[in-house]
Amino acid sequence: MKFKFTFWKLVFAVIMVLGGYATVIRFTQGLGASTNMNDQYPWGLWIGFDVLCGVMLAAGGFTLTGAVHIFNVKRLEPIVRPTVLTAFSGYLLVSTALLYDLGRPYRIWHPLVMRNPHSVMFEVAMCVMLYTTVLSLEFSPIVLERFHLHKPLKFIKAALVPLVILGCILSTLHQSSLGTMYLIMPEKLHPFWYSPLLPVFFFISAIAVGLAMTIYESSLSSRIFGRQLELPIIRELGRILLVVLSVYAILRFEDLLHRGVLGRVLVPQYETYFFWLENLLAVIIPLILLSIRKVRTSPAGLYLTAVMVVLGFITNRLNVSITGMEGWVGRHYMPSWMEFSVTAAMVAGGFALFGLAVKHLPIFEDEHHNQQSQPAAQKGVIASVEVATNAGD
Amino acid sequence: MSKSLLYDATLCIGCKQCEAGCAEQNHLPYNERIAAEEVTSDHKFTTVMAKDDKYMRRLCMHCQDPACASVCPVGALRKTEAGPVVYEEARCMGCRYCMAACPFSVPKYEWSKVLPKVQKCVMCPDRIAAGKQTACAEACPTGATKFGERDELIREAQERLRANPGNYAPHVFGINEVGGTSVLLLSSLPFEQWGIRIAELPKDPLPLYTYRVLSRIPDFVPLGGMVLGGVWWITHRRDEVAEAEARERAEKEARKNGGAR
Repeated sequence: MKFKFTFWKLVFAVIMVLGGYATVIRFTQGLGASTNMNDQYPWGLWIGFDVLCGVMLAAGGFTLTGAVHIFNVKRLEPIVRPTVLTAFSGYLLVSTALLYDLGRPYRIWHPLVMRNPHSVMFEVAMCVMLYTTVLSLEFSPIVLERFHLHKPLKFIKAALVPLVILGCILSTLHQSSLGTMYLIMPEKLHPFWYSPLLPVFFFISAIAVGLAMTIYESSLSSRIFGRQLELPIIRELGRILLVVLSVYAILRFEDLLHRGVLGRVLVPQYETYFFWLENLLAVIIPLILLSIRKVRTSPAGLYLTAVMVVLGFITNRLNVSITGMEGWVGRHYMPSWMEFSVTAAMVAGGFALFGLAVKHLPIFEDEHHNQQSQPAAQKGVIASVEVATNAGD
Repeated sequence: MSKSLLYDATLCIGCKQCEAGCAEQNHLPYNERIAAEEVTSDHKFTTVMAKDDKYMRRLCMHCQDPACASVCPVGALRKTEAGPVVYEEARCMGCRYCMAACPFSVPKYEWSKVLPKVQKCVMCPDRIAAGKQTACAEACPTGATKFGERDELIREAQERLRANPGNYAPHVFGINEVGGTSVLLLSSLPFEQWGIRIAELPKDPLPLYTYRVLSRIPDFVPLGGMVLGGVWWITHRRDEVAEAEARERAEKEARKNGGAR
């Protein structure tokens, strides 16, 4: 137990040192010295992973707040806080990563005053800015509670429903718009990924990943923080995930069919391999797994499925932003070690932020109930729905 | 009344005077080593490519409806009335969406600089404003690069093609590609041999592809707000009703019990 703890601390330290070194090179010598981006690949790993995947991985925030506060699915209430935390730290990290990628990061505020409403990027910038603000407000009750500031807490609680609605609208807009960004490149992006439905795919897959991330995170924090696993809740999430993935799969298939690309998915080719990697991981295997009752109801099965969905859609975003462009460019792009280490530092930073917040803030609302039953929690005893339901509102 | 350039490969002798003139106009270094580079870059805005005695010139195409200007979140790139697509460095935050979106991969980045900017041919807007032709057209000794009104140059290009069909690839590049460009090309070899993939380029202006989606947002926001607000009202109203009914029932019970007593 102690060894494991030190091991992960060591990994974290190594990642941070490498990331720190890369940061210095990036900001003192420029993008050319630190990355493998070039005129053919103006966007690399930092846009493909840190931004596209970062925003997608943080989609649980609007999915869960929407489900609980708008659709009134009370059963899911206990996991809203950790999910909002994930989303908030996710967006903070995306913004940080963007500062690395922008050639002139100190001008990041320019879209606020130099607006071009015809630009998808402008819309994404505004939505991300506004949504990060919304998330900070959605997150604020946790901090306010911690410091017993009851007056501002009242204000936030009164404004919660309009805030959640605003958050859902902003998220729908920019999650889909990250796909819309690529609509202007019909000649460059491979037909496996270029589709007029790209915005729809980005949106639906964001919901799927939001759910999968919530399952992943609940499972992980139950193990790490010795908490009870809210099995009925993640079962519910698994059920919703099955529906969302099915919708995605049908649309994706129909789209390939109608664009006449379906015949090409069996032609052995560079793009085909990545296409299958993506769709097996993100859609096909998870759909099969979730259709099996035994898998759908077991913690391990749900965990495995969630991890696959997350990895699959990460592959999807990288395919859209990198793999799909390689044919047009005529050569491959491989990120530099410094690009990798900055990205790794962002991911590690995400885990660290989450851990710190859980330690110091009332993230898990049923913590008090848990403290008495900690040993039982480690055996994976299921939390009762009663506790979950009463914890909220 | 927009200005254009017509490049006719059959008149080009590969002297690269256009490259030299461009470098001078834009205060870029120019020497034999740079002349030998057959790609455009952050220090070379136009290039003459050679295949034996056949040539092709590359430069910014100055699209009629440019993707780069459409995607720029801060409006640093702009299509002017006069024809050039110009760049305003002070606005640019370096997102490089213009580079990703350009169908001709024209905008280049100063990767080696700590505070880089986008570099590309801007069609000498100051010279055009002063009533002069572009530096490259002025430098061209054979008239292979010709400056003029777009309509007139299109007519001339079509006439040249009609008069000597054997000398040309049967296409005036730039009339329809991505909605039309302000640089027109006549090639002696098939365009594809120069890496100009006509078949893959759509005829519609590229900004249409994103505009079709973006233009729905103003409707989506109030509609989405109303739908979500409605869902909230219905789902929570159900709770309220259930609660009220329970209370009523309890009251009734209480009254009944009271009456019986």
